[in-house]
Amino acid sequence: MSTIAVESRPVAGGRVAAAWTAVADAISDTADVAWRNLLTQLRTPQALVFATIQPVIFVLLFRYAFGGAIHVPGVNYVDFLMPGIFAQTVAFGAVGTAVGLSGDLRTGILVRFRTLPMARIAVLGGRTVADLARNLLVVAVMTGIGFAAGFRSPHGAGGLFAALGLVVAFGYALSWGFASLGLRVSDPEAAQAAAVPLIFLLVFTSAAFVPSTAMPGWLQAFGTHQPVDALVNAERALILGGQAAHDVLISLAWSGGLLVLFALLAVRIYARMGR
Amino acid sequence: MSEAMIEAHGLRKAFGQVRALDGLDLAVPAGSVLGLLGPNGSGKTTTVSILATSLRPDGGRATVGGLDVVTEAARVRRVIGLAGQFAAVDPNLTGRENLRLIGRLSRLGRVQARVRAEELLDRFGLTAAAGRLVRGYSGGMRRRLDVAAALLHRPAVLFLDEPTTGLDPESRFALWDSVRDLARSGTTVLLTTQYLEEADALADQVVIISAGRVADTGTPAELKARFGMAVFHLDFSRQEAAEAAHAALASAGYRPRRAGAGLQIRSVAGTGELAGVLRALDGRAPDPVSVAVREPTLDDVFLSLTRGGEAA
Repeated sequence: MSTIAVESRPVAGGRVAAAWTAVADAISDTADVAWRNLLTQLRTPQALVFATIQPVIFVLLFRYAFGGAIHVPGVNYVDFLMPGIFAQTVAFGAVGTAVGLSGDLRTGILVRFRTLPMARIAVLGGRTVADLARNLLVVAVMTGIGFAAGFRSPHGAGGLFAALGLVVAFGYALSWGFASLGLRVSDPEAAQAAAVPLIFLLVFTSAAFVPSTAMPGWLQAFGTHQPVDALVNAERALILGGQAAHDVLISLAWSGGLLVLFALLAVRIYARMGR
Repeated sequence: MSEAMIEAHGLRKAFGQVRALDGLDLAVPAGSVLGLLGPNGSGKTTTVSILATSLRPDGGRATVGGLDVVTEAARVRRVIGLAGQFAAVDPNLTGRENLRLIGRLSRLGRVQARVRAEELLDRFGLTAAAGRLVRGYSGGMRRRLDVAAALLHRPAVLFLDEPTTGLDPESRFALWDSVRDLARSGTTVLLTTQYLEEADALADQVVIISAGRVADTGTPAELKARFGMAVFHLDFSRQEAAEAAHAALASAGYRPRRAGAGLQIRSVAGTGELAGVLRALDGRAPDPVSVAVREPTLDDVFLSLTRGGEAA
């Protein structure tokens, strides 16, 4: 049997140095894969356009078509609406993570990645980081659309940015959830079909577009105990003013908890692929 | 024979009820080219996937460069390159971007990845197309890029999974030249193919697999010799004539195979036996309209093996 001496890195500082090298490699690989995913998305702009068109249509629908019939005491409806739109935008955006990974599974890029000496985490990390960057872009566009439709963020820029921070954090956590789905389904259309109804359920039972008090009790019970609702409430507290700390903590707890849970799940699925 | 760079013992892998590999053994000497030959579904891709660490075997053991493909997968990945039907390049990146990305992910430094990318683009004749998106490449260009991507970190072992399936002859021959160059420079190559001609042209050693097991193994020359030295084709243009000839030859101790108005006779002795064949026909059957002698191809070997016994 012939053996190959795999050149080992200089381990002058022993294990600590090796661990640092591994972390540096993981970050560098994640950045490279994220860059590839962003380039790929920019070169297939249809997906990005559709990801933006849907929330724009919702702004127009709810602001101009339904908005006149919805009365939320004490606020302009468009100021009530936009936090819901932001949440909806990143929630549907997370479906893109599933679609992207399942596309990589279908084309065979994932097979190549799995045979490279790259950091294992970089495939998932690079995908979710790229989707985070895309979310930042789409949320910025939606903020602009909101302002054009009369949104004024009454509590000022600080509240708005804090709210958008929560939105993006939630979107990132959700991306990891859909990463697991994408790794399981090697058909992007099927991945999308599986993901969209779930998002619909979460968004439309939350207070994203109408106050939960307008819903029957059984629906409220579900609708007010799920992460999209928590996010929308925290955003409104930050954007409209009021006691924000409690709602913000609940939303952060949801996002943090889901992130840990989903990331562990996705990493496990990725590690077990090919068994 | 030098020492084995790739070794597999009793590899087993099932997908649900389907047994893709059923106790496969392989040994590929360092610096040689092994042709893994078999029809669709015989387990070629499964074998490559396991050796290239993207699939875990259910049973058995395999090493590449002395490293276990399951327990030392991370180290195996530093010495292997994989190209072929199921390992892809990114259609939405340019050829150059693909190579730089994969170079980086193969643990090359930024500068080194750039330099290697240009070297390989040049070597595979892709420099002119390097700035174009791969989705606009022809099938042949894509395959060459795919092979280039597997070579960035100068792997000691290269796996090529059906590298020329679906390619036009010109692209195929160009790829063969690349494989020969790699073998000459000391790279150990494991190549799967459905084309017997390809294994014949490239492989030092051929392993024929069928239903997840090794059906036969040897050098292309050995396999052909085992099968016979020559194959005679006799064409009679009329079926009755061929039937009469078949009967005449069979009674003379030959084992002809009839296909329509033609007969095929495998000869262990070689071309000299043709005279005896023709003498056996004399007066018992019409003269053939044409007689052809050819060397046995791996197709002959392969068909005889997978049809389970009766050759020619």
